[in-house]
Amino acid sequence: MRVMAQLGMVMNLDKCIGCHTCSVTCKQAWTNRTGVEYVWFNNVETRPGLGYPRTHEDQDRWQGGWVRTSRGRLRLRAGGRVRRLLQIFSNPRLPGMSDYYEPWTYDYDTLLNAPAQADVPVARPKSLITGEPMQIRWSANWDDDLGGAPEHAPGDPVLKKLGDRVKLEFEKTFMFHLPRICEHCLNPACVASCPSGAMYKRAEDGIVLVDQDGCRGWRQCVTGCPYKKVYFNHRTGKAEKCTFCYPRVEAGQPTVCAETCVGRLRYIGLFLYDADRVLAAASVENEHDLLEAQRSVILDPEDPQVIAAARAAGIPEDWLDAARRSPVYALTNRYRIALPLHPEYRTMPMVWYIPPLSPVVDVVRDTGFDGEDSSTLFHAIDALRIPVEYLAELFTAGDPEPVGRSLRILAAMRSYMRQVNLGEELDESIAESVGMTGEQLRELHRLLAIARYDERYVIPAAHVEAGQSLEELAGCSLDYSGGPGMGGIGPFGEVSGTPASVESFHLTKQRAESDRYADLPEGRGAVDLLTWSGEAPPEGLFPPRRDNGQPGNGQAGNGQGRS
Amino acid sequence: MNTVLWVVLPYICLTSFVVGHFWRYRYDKFGWTTRSSQIYENRLLAWAGPLFHFGILGVLVGHALGLLVPESWTSAAGISEDAYHAVSVSGGTLAGLMTVTGLVLLVYRRRMTPSIFRATTVMDKAMYLLLGAVVAVGTYNTLVINLLGAGHDYRADVAVWFRSIFVFQPDAALMAGAPIAFQLHALLALGLFALWPFTRLVHVFSAPVGYLVRPYIVYRSRDPLGAARAPRRGWERVGS
Repeated sequence: MRVMAQLGMVMNLDKCIGCHTCSVTCKQAWTNRTGVEYVWFNNVETRPGLGYPRTHEDQDRWQGGWVRTSRGRLRLRAGGRVRRLLQIFSNPRLPGMSDYYEPWTYDYDTLLNAPAQADVPVARPKSLITGEPMQIRWSANWDDDLGGAPEHAPGDPVLKKLGDRVKLEFEKTFMFHLPRICEHCLNPACVASCPSGAMYKRAEDGIVLVDQDGCRGWRQCVTGCPYKKVYFNHRTGKAEKCTFCYPRVEAGQPTVCAETCVGRLRYIGLFLYDADRVLAAASVENEHDLLEAQRSVILDPEDPQVIAAARAAGIPEDWLDAARRSPVYALTNRYRIALPLHPEYRTMPMVWYIPPLSPVVDVVRDTGFDGEDSSTLFHAIDALRIPVEYLAELFTAGDPEPVGRSLRILAAMRSYMRQVNLGEELDESIAESVGMTGEQLRELHRLLAIARYDERYVIPAAHVEAGQSLEELAGCSLDYSGGPGMGGIGPFGEVSGTPASVESFHLTKQRAESDRYADLPEGRGAVDLLTWSGEAPPEGLFPPRRDNGQPGNGQAGNGQGRS
Repeated sequence: MNTVLWVVLPYICLTSFVVGHFWRYRYDKFGWTTRSSQIYENRLLAWAGPLFHFGILGVLVGHALGLLVPESWTSAAGISEDAYHAVSVSGGTLAGLMTVTGLVLLVYRRRMTPSIFRATTVMDKAMYLLLGAVVAVGTYNTLVINLLGAGHDYRADVAVWFRSIFVFQPDAALMAGAPIAFQLHALLALGLFALWPFTRLVHVFSAPVGYLVRPYIVYRSRDPLGAARAPRRGWERVGS
């Protein structure tokens, strides 16, 4: 057993209202730069729908992920190593800009500078790629809320798998939103596709990252990722992807998408997994067994053997404690209601989803029945084949049983908690019918409905204290965002600079949580003079006053004056 | 004059080549990329990209054989001059035509696709100009002089001069007697070598052959970036 830690996320789809706040805040934080205008590390898709980039789930076309060979080994679907290298001069499976969308801005200058005239001036859309006026034909969420669905949605690769009978009635039947980020897979096909070895999985927390200095722009990762969550920065010629907001996560803060989620539907926590068993689990023959195989790779953080092996592997105690309190482990393995997205790609994705019961509830309620009655809901889950089968194509490689089980648990929780809240006599058979106890349903309800911030996000801080303080001292590094290190386009193309802000998020967190900027730990040597009011010496600028009353460093002011 | 062209200039250009690459790798690793434009346009590239690259790889192999292997070696191995000539001209013609066709298509694609033309830097244009000239003159040498014309045994002068540079006993007289087209090809190539490290051509040296043998999944520890990282120059702690 080789225990490794992995940060994971669970999203409760019932709560997603499709507001795109996660997408927008993520874009503001990470991809509001030239070269990645078309890139959304986080995007929210309406299902059924084409997705972003369009039809990315059609692996016959895009060839992402892994396939199991007849000899039981895993091979990249797009071909082995030699084939990958022969195709680096022109990658036949690379989505073009038009498969995402052509990003644009508007000619606002016309509006602002138009003289007084009879006609209202118009800001025409202008392509950010060519700089020319353009017709807007697609975007990252063009088919949002089933807009244009009769025309577009039949192209949904998931829907196509269900066959013809769905096509005519699906839009009346159901709809839900699917927020997507990088899956930070245990068996990442993008990493395996990278010829330069610039993509890697972080040994400490499993976050998949691109070494910007090592990437040579061979574009194979974009093909390798079946979720199409690695993007090509067309200005710098480098691959970029969701970073799981590693600077925030290292400081114990949730990712930007999770922090800003209006519906509070995201959970972040640790998994402990057995790295030695990942390949075998990803290679099981029957696609329907992949879900269980993936769950079985994840280790029980309460198991003494696991704890001992984790300690031997150098995982710190506070990480083990966080793993025991992990909300994502509870949802995937303890209650077993969270499911991975497309396990059939065999990448072992680590962003899991609780399938939405709301499409079923909506139908039940619209037809005049009680949407909170467990037997009605159970019956509807069985009767409404289309939503369940669609969800099964997304989350369980087409096996309706695990999806049905998750939905039945949600339905049971719904009707059991109604009895609790209304003070009715509790019908324990509701819980028993889904193999749980009433107490477990209450715990699950607490986790899904009322869990507080620190229950939804159990993120142990990274153990690089010494490194962080060094980074703090080197606070004038030129690499902070907007600094000279971020410079524009030079004669050779984009000049060096890290696209990410490397400002220490530990400091940011302290600022966010303290009353005023001066409330920093002593001796950090970091003082924000920009926001200093000038009324008293900012703490941290001078050493603390000595015990005998002598002012430190000759400063006579109220160096201790913390108000 | 001959000394300047065939002794001084080569060493200046090759110094620029070597030192330039070292400098670029040291200070501009982030800029070290293919700067692929495939995401803008795919249809033409699907043909032009492989055509040019496989062609130029063939050209590279041909040059290695022609310039680095002395005539005495091939004759010692029992390969007659006629047989060598037949192989080199036919292979050279094929590789040369592939390269030229690919390059013409690539430049056409770059100029005619607005998004790609917009992403083309000044250095790109200079590089394409020089590369195009080198390829054009080289193809002329192979096609017009060696295939259709009387032919010139470059292994008697150009190749010997080329090797003499690397053993630091350059012999300018050898090149002075070569046909003008061969002289021009050598000079243009020297110019390309001088410019090379400052262009996107650096991606040649990142040919990812290591991919064939490395494990699929790469793990890296955070430590080298964090705790163990030495402070940057000028930011060392007091007393260290």
